[in-house]
Amino acid sequence: MQDFAQSFLLAGGLILEADPALVEIVLLSLQVTLSALLASALIGLPLGALLAVTRFPGRRALVVLTNALMGLPPVVVGLLVYMMLSNAGPLGVLRLLYTPTAMVIAQTILITPILIALTRQVINDLDQEYAETFRSLGVPAPTAIAALLWDGRFSLVTVLLAGFGRAVAEVGAVMIVGGNINHVTRVMTTAIALETSRGDLALALALGLILLTLALAVNALTSLINAPARMSGNVRRA
Amino acid sequence: MSDVLETPASVTARSLRRSGRSPMPLRVEGLTLTLEGTLVLNDIDLALADDGVTAILGPNGAGKSLLLRCLHGLVTPTRGTILWHHEGRDHAPDLAIRKAQALVAQKPVLLRRSVLANLKFVAGLRRPRPSTDDLMQALREVRLEHLARQNARTLSGGEQQRLALARALLHDPRVLLLDEPSANLDPASTLLIETAIRAARAAGTKVLLITHDMAQARRLADDVVFLHKGRIVEHTSAAAFFDRPSSAEAEAYVKGDILL
Repeated sequence: MQDFAQSFLLAGGLILEADPALVEIVLLSLQVTLSALLASALIGLPLGALLAVTRFPGRRALVVLTNALMGLPPVVVGLLVYMMLSNAGPLGVLRLLYTPTAMVIAQTILITPILIALTRQVINDLDQEYAETFRSLGVPAPTAIAALLWDGRFSLVTVLLAGFGRAVAEVGAVMIVGGNINHVTRVMTTAIALETSRGDLALALALGLILLTLALAVNALTSLINAPARMSGNVRRA
Repeated sequence: MSDVLETPASVTARSLRRSGRSPMPLRVEGLTLTLEGTLVLNDIDLALADDGVTAILGPNGAGKSLLLRCLHGLVTPTRGTILWHHEGRDHAPDLAIRKAQALVAQKPVLLRRSVLANLKFVAGLRRPRPSTDDLMQALREVRLEHLARQNARTLSGGEQQRLALARALLHDPRVLLLDEPSANLDPASTLLIETAIRAARAAGTKVLLITHDMAQARRLADDVVFLHKGRIVEHTSAAAFFDRPSSAEAEAYVKGDILL
């Protein structure tokens, strides 16, 4: 128990002193995750909105598939990206394996289905409310989609935060495609796994505390954002 | 409130802009609508002139709202034809017709943004695009200019109806379809809405008005379409309908009796 207590003290010291190794890992984690989130948002938000407002043969199957892909096992994603990027793979010439870019690709693949599925749900609910008004006003489809995305922005930020939470806490895929190389691809989750296995609990705990704080911050932010979202729903006065 | 009843200057301007517009009369033949096995509109024939206010009256469940939505092209009838004469030819209620019309629902759906942004969104849908000054003037006409920056979803029922009406009138519709626009509103809001309806009518807009308020129908209507159990029982001038209804159902309705 004394060792654990000491580890907590050391972890607190690392955080308070802004230990350079710790800061480097945290910053790389944020860089990778935010890049993946941006790529995912650019793909997932419009696709989710399209899936919500358009009707075509096979749409239902696509919705089911997207929902199913929300539960993609990270290690499987890591394995597939590894195979694509390894020297023998179709994208091997790009030499991206064991780089932060490979980790961004893996996280993007992992969270894009989440963003598509949740965006579809948000936009679908809003579209049910707006559809007849838009039809009456003769709103063109691209304008309608843009309006739905804008009016659903508070809920969509929550969707983005869900994607961020999933990506930043992910370990399996980034470990496989990033390799956990010090100063190159070592992020919070892979560093925690490594330092724990090496018995250096102080750094692992410091990173764990930061990860936990991030998770709490994301949740708090979600609640804060949802407050105006509720306000912008129907709160018509008498 | 007397100043509320004055016709706004912008409406006069609209009348002038509209002087060259082609008429848009309506012809309906054999309109029948069945929903989930229930006949809700039954073999409706109707011809409406291009101008004036037509009140669509009838007890709950008579099919008034569905008729209005069929005429606007939001509901496809099971049988029959709806033809709007527009720009030299007859149209089913297609996109071109909907663009020349405006519908105000009983519970209007407003976008989750400010009052002014709601108008800006609709303003961007047609050419010429009204300026912000035009939009503020439109808000002034329904006494909402002081709420321009407020979230439209936080307006009261009457304010939401007035905003919906301002939105509907923004592009000078040829036909204005109103589904109980002043249901559950206070007298002041009702008066504002009726003033806007009168102004639109004076500016040459054809108005189709569903209302349960008999006094309102007397005040506004030029002619009355009386529906009962999905059928048109009577279509006549407002004066004739209220003074000498020709059917037993219409007579009972005017008297305030419950129609079964």
